Amino acid sequence: MTAYILRRLVLLLPVLLIVGVVVFILVHLTPGDPAAVMLGPEASNEQVQQLRDQLGLNDPIYVQFIDWVGGAIHLDFGNSIFLNMPVTTALWQRAQPTGLLTLYALIVSLLIGVPSGIFAAVRRNSLLDRGLMALSVSGAAMPSFYLAILLILLFAVTLHWLPSGGYVSITDNPVQHFKRMLMPAFSLGFANAALLARLIRSSMLDVLREDYIRTAYSKGLAQRRVITLHALRNALIPAITVVGSSLGALLGGAVITETVFTLPGMGQLVVQSVLRRDFPVIQGAVMVIAAIYVLANLLVDVLYIYIDPRVRYGNK
Amino acid sequence: MATSEVTQTEAIRSARRRQPGLFGGISPSSSFYWLRVLAENKAALFSGIFVLLVIIIALLAPLIVPHSPTTVDPVNRLKSPSSAYFFGTDTLGRDSFSRTIYGARISLLVGVSVMAASTILGAIIGLVSGYYNRLDTPIMRVMDGLMAFPAILLAIAIMASLGPKTINVIVALTVVYTPRMARLVRGMTLQIRDLPYVESARSIGLSDTLILGRYVLKNALSPVIVQATFTVAYAILAEASLSFLGAGVPPEIPTWGNMLQDGQRLITRAWWLSVFPGVALFLTVLTLTLFGDGLRDALDPRARER
Repeated sequence: MTAYILRRLVLLLPVLLIVGVVVFILVHLTPGDPAAVMLGPEASNEQVQQLRDQLGLNDPIYVQFIDWVGGAIHLDFGNSIFLNMPVTTALWQRAQPTGLLTLYALIVSLLIGVPSGIFAAVRRNSLLDRGLMALSVSGAAMPSFYLAILLILLFAVTLHWLPSGGYVSITDNPVQHFKRMLMPAFSLGFANAALLARLIRSSMLDVLREDYIRTAYSKGLAQRRVITLHALRNALIPAITVVGSSLGALLGGAVITETVFTLPGMGQLVVQSVLRRDFPVIQGAVMVIAAIYVLANLLVDVLYIYIDPRVRYGNK
Repeated sequence: MATSEVTQTEAIRSARRRQPGLFGGISPSSSFYWLRVLAENKAALFSGIFVLLVIIIALLAPLIVPHSPTTVDPVNRLKSPSSAYFFGTDTLGRDSFSRTIYGARISLLVGVSVMAASTILGAIIGLVSGYYNRLDTPIMRVMDGLMAFPAILLAIAIMASLGPKTINVIVALTVVYTPRMARLVRGMTLQIRDLPYVESARSIGLSDTLILGRYVLKNALSPVIVQATFTVAYAILAEASLSFLGAGVPPEIPTWGNMLQDGQRLITRAWWLSVFPGVALFLTVLTLTLFGDGLRDALDPRARER
């Protein structure tokens, strides 16, 4: 087990290195002088030169790359051009809304997706199954920001039940916090719930065909007990792997959701930085989110072998 | 077990029977049988028709629209939907219906271009990676690295560097979706390359390009086509997201994402500005996915059982 985790960690290094290369290249993809682009058309020549020095753009490219990787290892992504602070500080300040939003969205998608998938599988081909699956297909095709807009139209503009945006820290006022996070979490988690429902349904259907389920029925167990005791535990295993990739989708989706609901998170910072062309912030945020995503996937894989003793990786 | 055997023989019997409709006479042994399966899947059939309709509307947009999508008309600003302006007008008095119709053009342009580019690139990369052992690891590491980013985030980051232009949206999304196609094709190539018919092709001295193109790719085609269909849907969704965030197609071009951005800004005053373009986007993505699902069921006999 330890050997497996260690090997996976080692295998992560090349992936993270390539992630780093991609993020590093981003600045150099800019047509023309990145420093001039960042400062806009009104900047003087001296200002551009100063920024070029500050960003190290006058160094040979390999020196720039080594500096960037060296910094990134220490979580040092340089300074934001507009915020007058280190990128790491800016990201850290905005970690709470993003982290909580992603967590809530994951909870929403599990709360909706798992029971829907189970009910659909147990009542296969019933009206309920068809209805849930139709909803699931539509949910996956629903752009999260459009769902967000529709929710705002209904609950904020028309009914005045919920505020249409803004963030209150959970420690300041938990009630206001949850009121404001309800719509963002739902709009972000819904598509994922749809995906999860389909997956749970199909893995549940596979499990329900197994011999041990028939045995459980034939020894006279009630359906409820067969489902909860025997089927569910095995049907949930494949779903765990999806939680890892869901996390990536949710972290990416948070960029959009935060913008719609004006939540001051990392995603909103990324979008603002794109419009301001604040490259160090974009690089830092993208790097951090990709690293979280990669590590979360590893964590999920480890969890997977822990939960399912049938799977033993690498014991060939 | 017993019930599924009964339904299977029933399925075979009903498959042999001639069904009404254009493709109803195609026999199960024909290589065009998938067309019949597809046509008998109502959801896929209606979705296909809807997608076709969107394509026609996009192509004929200048002939269909009642008003110019870009003409400013301050007298008629923020009008709610009426018989003159089906979807209402925006702050500049531009007709939202005409803009929604024109939005289909950008969506399809981006969706189809990204699909074509990422399928061709992904197929080449996947074939090379799966066929030549020595290149496999380095190529797939790079692909893994690109897939380590949440898709939309990578697209945003690339757009930040390239700047907001339609062609850049296509480039950015191609970078995002190529690795996914490459991974699929590589997997298929690994499965196919050691099969006897590929080996015999090799033994009679055919060139690698010929083997890869004629024997490997041709037999990996079904999943590639299905994946390509989904890529159109994903790319349309991603383009709308980018434009909505202001990092996609320039704001002066009417796209569904740009219109939704405007709509959200005016959400308390003009609900129609966000509702209608959103419906267009949702239905297009939905029908493309349903069509893709149907195509997968039709092309892959193993998927049909479910």
